[in-house]
Amino acid sequence: MDYLTRDPIDVGRLLGVVTDDGRGGTVVFLGSVRRGAEDGPVAAIDYDAYEEMAGSEFDRIIAEARERWPGAGFAAQHRLGEVPRGEPSIAVVAAAGHRAEAFEACRWVIDEAKHRLPIWKKERFDDGSERWREE
Amino acid sequence: MHSRDGRAAATATITVHCRFFARYADALGRDEMALEMPDGATVADAVGRLRDTLPKADLLPERPLAAVNREHAAPDTPLADGDEMALLPPLAGG
Repeated sequence: MDYLTRDPIDVGRLLGVVTDDGRGGTVVFLGSVRRGAEDGPVAAIDYDAYEEMAGSEFDRIIAEARERWPGAGFAAQHRLGEVPRGEPSIAVVAAAGHRAEAFEACRWVIDEAKHRLPIWKKERFDDGSERWREE
Repeated sequence: MHSRDGRAAATATITVHCRFFARYADALGRDEMALEMPDGATVADAVGRLRDTLPKADLLPERPLAAVNREHAAPDTPLADGDEMALLPPLAGG
């Protein structure tokens, strides 16, 4: 499965990847474009990536997660290009034997993704202005 | 130390394919360039050269986040001929 997509994220498809009758707990994390407050309403975020590296880095993160939680299933996707306010830009799905592992594994993957993926966002405001957002 | 071979190695140059992203690409007005460096140069050396030679490159931090051949790389990472070195603004995915 591709870790990067320019289409809306299909959570059902991600769930299909991890479903297994040995996995009793599944956690889905969705990160979505917020309205924002400090600088006015955000209409959309334009996500830019070093695509060749982002795909392989996401692959390394998931491979490391599989080593940490053997038997768990993972699926993840980051959307690139313009993502309108309210729509998900990233999804991480972790399924494990029990809920504690699933929550822990999902949290680990999203945190690593935030720290390691070479992806940047440009906020577009309702008034038409835009700026790079760095966290 | 000063053999013919030694001199040849000391003057050898490598070509590194540099890539710039997001805010850095905007600031520099370009998203890639070829950079010649002496053999044995590191990521920090290449960044120093860019900061000294490119217009507006003072907008680059002294120690930007970098990747070599699509993996995160520390400033002391040695570069080889043909390597792709990317300078990455603070990451903001998710």
